[in-house]
Amino acid sequence: MIPQLGLLALILALFLSLLLCYCGLWGAHRDDPRLMGAVRPLTAGLFAFTLFAYGALTWAFVTNDFMVRYVAENSSTRLPLFYRIAAVWGAHEGSMLLWILILVVWTGAVAWFSRGLPRPFVSRVLGVLGLVTAGFLAFSLLTSNPFVLVFPVPHQGANLDPLLQDPFLAIHPPMLYMGYVGMSVAFAFAIAALLGGTMDQLWARWTRPWTIAAWMFLTAGIVLGSYWSYYVLGWGGWWFWDPVENASFMPWLVGAALIHSLAVTEKRGVFKSWTALLAITAFSLSLLGTFLVRSGVLISVHAFAMDPRRGMFVLALLAFMAGAALTIYLWRAPYLLQDRGGAFRLFSRETFLLLNNVFLVVGAATVFIGTLYPLFVEAFGLQKLSVGPPYFDHVFIPVILPLFVIIGVGPFVPWVSGRMGDLLRRLRWPLLLSAVGWTLVLVLAFAHSWPPLTAVGVLLSVWVMITALREPAAALWRRLKGRTAGWNASTIGMSIAHFGLGLAILGITVSTTLSVWRDDPMHVGKAFRMAGFTFILRGYEPARGPDWRGTAARFLILHHGRPWARTVSVKKNFGPGLGSTTGAGIVGGGLHDVFVALGNNLGGGRWSVRFRYEPMVIFVWLGGLVMALGAFVALWDRRYRWRRLPPPRSTPGGGEGP
Amino acid sequence: MSAVRTRLLFALPLVLIGALILIGWIGLKHNPSRVPSPLIGKPAPVFSLPRLGHPALRLTERVFRGRPTLFNVWASWCVTCVAEHRVLMSLAAHGVRIIGLDYQDHRRAALAFLRRYGDPYRAIAYDPRGVSAMNWGVYGTPETFVLGPHGVIRGKIIGPLTRRVVRRRLLPLLRRLSSPRARA
Repeated sequence: MIPQLGLLALILALFLSLLLCYCGLWGAHRDDPRLMGAVRPLTAGLFAFTLFAYGALTWAFVTNDFMVRYVAENSSTRLPLFYRIAAVWGAHEGSMLLWILILVVWTGAVAWFSRGLPRPFVSRVLGVLGLVTAGFLAFSLLTSNPFVLVFPVPHQGANLDPLLQDPFLAIHPPMLYMGYVGMSVAFAFAIAALLGGTMDQLWARWTRPWTIAAWMFLTAGIVLGSYWSYYVLGWGGWWFWDPVENASFMPWLVGAALIHSLAVTEKRGVFKSWTALLAITAFSLSLLGTFLVRSGVLISVHAFAMDPRRGMFVLALLAFMAGAALTIYLWRAPYLLQDRGGAFRLFSRETFLLLNNVFLVVGAATVFIGTLYPLFVEAFGLQKLSVGPPYFDHVFIPVILPLFVIIGVGPFVPWVSGRMGDLLRRLRWPLLLSAVGWTLVLVLAFAHSWPPLTAVGVLLSVWVMITALREPAAALWRRLKGRTAGWNASTIGMSIAHFGLGLAILGITVSTTLSVWRDDPMHVGKAFRMAGFTFILRGYEPARGPDWRGTAARFLILHHGRPWARTVSVKKNFGPGLGSTTGAGIVGGGLHDVFVALGNNLGGGRWSVRFRYEPMVIFVWLGGLVMALGAFVALWDRRYRWRRLPPPRSTPGGGEGP
Repeated sequence: MSAVRTRLLFALPLVLIGALILIGWIGLKHNPSRVPSPLIGKPAPVFSLPRLGHPALRLTERVFRGRPTLFNVWASWCVTCVAEHRVLMSLAAHGVRIIGLDYQDHRRAALAFLRRYGDPYRAIAYDPRGVSAMNWGVYGTPETFVLGPHGVIRGKIIGPLTRRVVRRRLLPLLRRLSSPRARA
């Protein structure tokens, strides 16, 4: 009974979202207070029904209701309750429902926090979000209904994909979807402003916190996914340049560009058409990612079940959303977005932020081309091929490196016009400290004969981290001298995020260029030496869990001849056709990780074992999380506080902007 | 004149997205999993190819006799095959007989692939030019044929064997093929 009610709720949610779109967009167009007044209640209703549908599917999982085909295919009574709840998004249909729920959560949040904004604007924003929601609800109902029943009802389910039976399943997809879907808010704000005819500095101020929040979730989601793939062997380290990873990385890059471009639009009222285009692009890339993942046109480790109808539907959705948005853009942008005034000199903050945008967008474009290249080639009937990490390493890295140079300068150049002398004065301490740091790095590089790229990456990361600390340090210094610190959440958040980027550069550079891995056949008692570590296979025994059987191998690790750690790697088999997973034994977590993963049984008591040495890899994720933290701090800027009594009509250039 | 040029500039994103949609659409049309094989119900095409690991020995269509068999077309350059491999390994571990066809590949690269990811195959035919693969109607990797105990093609799965494909199509088919009635 509950699954049927869930389906009914989903259908009702579709009607509510269509109504929301109509009331929001038409109401604002006709300036009809009755229609616009219905927007918030409709949003609340949409939220309630979607939540109910989602709850119904969760309930079916919790109660092992195998009458629901999706439950029967992705759960079983042997699956622990925790995974039964997370298994809701373990495959295509349910993850689509989670996607919709999160979209509706964002819509609800906009309705809640935007009470102080002009009514027609909020109506349009919610109308656009309603339209997006309607598209995805239709997608779910028409091509991937999670509530399809199966008869006869199976006694036991087919269980969740073993690779997904991991605590990270509980947080990685929701975080990532929060980020992906959150880009829809900036998109809706841009469309609403284009339709409404005012895109001013206030608009940028309203859009900024939503973009920062979405980007924060996207960052955290990508980091969690990266860590997950790192410790589950077989997913190719912490980054794979896999189409699906790229699909999340492109909106991340464009989202970062958007955050910086919005800063210029808010402070100086320029770059408006560019900002609007970035907002549209960021969400279009999210939709493109959905298309790539759900259609199976590109093959990846994340591929969901393939169904050409699904691909068609998402492609149509992408064509409609992006096409309509860009048509509106073409129609309105040339008139509305003329950058009046706001002139700036070449040596100014504006120029540096423009450069930031250029590097980020070109970086996103290289990822885009590499990801879709197999599709282009196939479309023209040429041979099948795949673009691997070599392309990305050779093309993306040189494109993005200059960004790490200017990131240390841009924040200290004043708006409109700056002077080189002032800049050098402001940067004298960071330059001095960097010079000390660089000397140390170069000594290390020569002592350990690092490859040049390692040295370049580490030098840049030192520069980025030291300059990121400049602003907080100066504020602290002013405070100590009894003056006002003069900091705000935006600046502190920016400094934290930039510092996090420096950490991430350090981790990425060192772990990719200095890591070592070897495969070796091992038998009990055999020792294997690598990178100053000695691995000894002490023994292996059968192991079993609720739904798997496997082998656990015990290793003793010596570091420079002395016992250093013990670890266990478990190979789990889940049954015919269900695959196997390997739990790697990872020791470290500090400056280096050592990684032992049991491979295949070679017979005769021998097993293939993979050994890895990963220096500083922890900083990849630590840096990512610090970036997300920076975004979180920036959200608390007082400028973004919701105010109770706004002026009825926004005045351009008003408020606290300089 | 300059207004027109501005217009054109603002239309550029629309043109780009249009091109992208077109390419995505063609990509979907090319999606090979929609084409059924005309070979189903027919005996396996005749072939004779050297074995990958033992170039002196040859493999022919007679290898399919005796029991249901999977004939898996793969290549070391195929990223999808890596994704598929864990499923093949687990099928092999549970006693399913898998014969491989190494398609348009280099012997050394293919052997390195098997060393790295494991070898689920009972035997592998090496077809560097894709000559025999053409008779099988192969035009991409991975593809998997299901053959009955008399060497008759009973099913074809284009694209990787995923859990869902195994559960929904492969296991039922194999079960049917290995039941005594099918043997008779």
